[in-house]
Amino acid sequence: MLSIQGVSTSYGHIQALHGVDIDVRKGEIVTLIGANGAGKTTLLMTICGSPRASGGKILFEGSDISQRPTFEIVRLGIAQAPEGRRIFPRMTVLENLQMGATVADPQYYEADCQRVFGLFPILDQRKAQRAGTLSGGEQQMLSIGRALMSRPRLLLLDEPSLGLAPMIVKQIFSVIRDINEKEGMTVFLVEQNAFHALSLAHRGYVLANGRVVLQGTGKELLANREVRAAYLEGGH
Amino acid sequence: MDVRALLKDAGLAAFVAFMLALPMIGFQTVDVSGGHGITVVTRFGDVAITVALVLVGRIALGLLDNTSWRLPILLVSAAIAIGMPFVKNPYPVITNLSVMAAAVIAIRATWLYFGLSAVVERDEGNRLGDAAAFVGRWFGPVFVIFAVIFPFLPTTSRYLLDLGILVLTYVMLGWGLNVVVGLAGLLDLGYVAFYAVGAYSYAIIAHEFGWSFWACLPLAGLFAAFFGVILGFPVLRLRGDYLAIVTLGFGEIIRIVLLNWSSFSGGPNGISGVPRPSFLGMPFTANPPEGTTSFHQFFGLDFSPEHRIVFLYYLILALALVTNSFTLRIRKLPIGRAWEALREDEIACRALGINPTNTKLTAFAIGAMFAGFAGAFFATRQGFISPESFAFIESAVILAIVVLGGMGSQIGVVLAAVLLIGIPEFFRELAQYRMLAFGAAMVGIMIWRPRGLLAHRDPSIRLPEAAKAGADD
Repeated sequence: MLSIQGVSTSYGHIQALHGVDIDVRKGEIVTLIGANGAGKTTLLMTICGSPRASGGKILFEGSDISQRPTFEIVRLGIAQAPEGRRIFPRMTVLENLQMGATVADPQYYEADCQRVFGLFPILDQRKAQRAGTLSGGEQQMLSIGRALMSRPRLLLLDEPSLGLAPMIVKQIFSVIRDINEKEGMTVFLVEQNAFHALSLAHRGYVLANGRVVLQGTGKELLANREVRAAYLEGGH
Repeated sequence: MDVRALLKDAGLAAFVAFMLALPMIGFQTVDVSGGHGITVVTRFGDVAITVALVLVGRIALGLLDNTSWRLPILLVSAAIAIGMPFVKNPYPVITNLSVMAAAVIAIRATWLYFGLSAVVERDEGNRLGDAAAFVGRWFGPVFVIFAVIFPFLPTTSRYLLDLGILVLTYVMLGWGLNVVVGLAGLLDLGYVAFYAVGAYSYAIIAHEFGWSFWACLPLAGLFAAFFGVILGFPVLRLRGDYLAIVTLGFGEIIRIVLLNWSSFSGGPNGISGVPRPSFLGMPFTANPPEGTTSFHQFFGLDFSPEHRIVFLYYLILALALVTNSFTLRIRKLPIGRAWEALREDEIACRALGINPTNTKLTAFAIGAMFAGFAGAFFATRQGFISPESFAFIESAVILAIVVLGGMGSQIGVVLAAVLLIGIPEFFRELAQYRMLAFGAAMVGIMIWRPRGLLAHRDPSIRLPEAAKAGADD
């Protein structure tokens, strides 16, 4: 479904990604783990065309999207819950969801709202509240919910567990599993929380200094000694 | 109560007032009559009055901290504010300044006595938001009704009617700029350029082709919107301060071009004899040209020059209300929501499939269009336009109206326009102290309402009350 082939990205003179190859197949949860500064967020943003890739190809359902503007890429069916959530703080929860539905067919709006409220019942209670007054976990749920409102075929999640309590992380990961298993949503998940992410994912990639250094199924990577040493056992 | 601290505080305030008043009020340069040169006149009496007023006012404000003093101070200051104009004294300055100072103290005392400060301190809380929403919902219609019957009130003089037209023009400009600054969050310091484009479009088209006001009005809006897009393109990638500087430059470019392109715009001489508007083709003149009926003849009225003023008043009222209802409607449409979202977070907007280029350009174009309408109105009202009417200070005043009103608040714009345009007019009698009063009012607003008079954002979708109540707890 999504095929990243030899993608490089630079910020000015600094090259952040060096020929990254990643495949995401339909119906999969694929995770990308790596330390701070490895280029995880850059890769996710490059998929969305901001910044654009300086080399390589990004194929979404067979067509190259690497040189298209962000808003067009989103219209093809890729949605992102970006790093730092980036909800609209002064707008209400419901207005945030409406913004998410910008590119979707209006006839699905009501049903999509109900779908998001079904996944995250707390948002239903908070829908008239300004999004800036939500807790961190609720904001993350809103960010994911807003991404789902565009009826994407591929959902990109950038560190949904960042700064959240373990209980909330568990809840969010179980929702990710649900939308994958019940709705067949393809998910590309970028995480630092390697244990949670790898147990959830079908396959995973490890990114270090802008290069893919390891790949395998979630279970394989969880069992891998290097991964365990670097990301799971005391290594930060 | 600590009397010493109170006196020390008041003494300090008086000292600061003295240091400020001595150079600004104490010395005045006057032309030597008939001769060449100027001489300095000292006004130490006025300085003493100012310092004394500051001292007394500061003590009164200090006493307000003590609950038992609040009611007496409220009554005394209110009595001074109301009674002072009736007391004869040789210095009108004393009357004016003491009325103003007493009024401020009375407002503060009322505020504290009735415990309203608790509301202000919870600025983020729901109560103030609800209060602002309440003001918006109920005072809006009251304002409109008042504005409609205003020309027929017995107290309304020709002067007040002209002032009303002026205020409404700024209300309309404020509402137009609110689209750009308040909703889309694009800081535009050159808004007056579009006002100028509208005014010159009307003046030139009407002059050269003899088209009527009603035919030119949409064209003026269209031209201004076109210029909005032209400005929009190069500044799309800019944000915040950088955007402000470029728009500022754009405003000046338009003014300087108008000033220097004499063959087109008449240069510094401007364009005079701009045609007056007509009512359905009927002019407001005592002796209409051959073959036309004038307004007063058609309605069987005696000719009065005030007919045209009243007509202009209703014209700008209608234009302003159109601007308002347009903005209120568009906020609820996807494009309006996209503007607000763009103000909040541009990157998130792009990630949601919003085309930021088009969204910003529409905001610029629509904001500019309303300025163009207002400009056409300005030209037809004045009958004469020149680049001087479109200096930077106009942009600054319009922006101040939007910011003081509370960004994005429609009713706040009205209040701020009344304050900013009305107060300097109201205090015209103060002569040289006029801008002082104006500055004091601005400082007061920024102290008591730092986020604008009505800093409240109405959600664009409302829920049934029950759902809302459930969500609030």
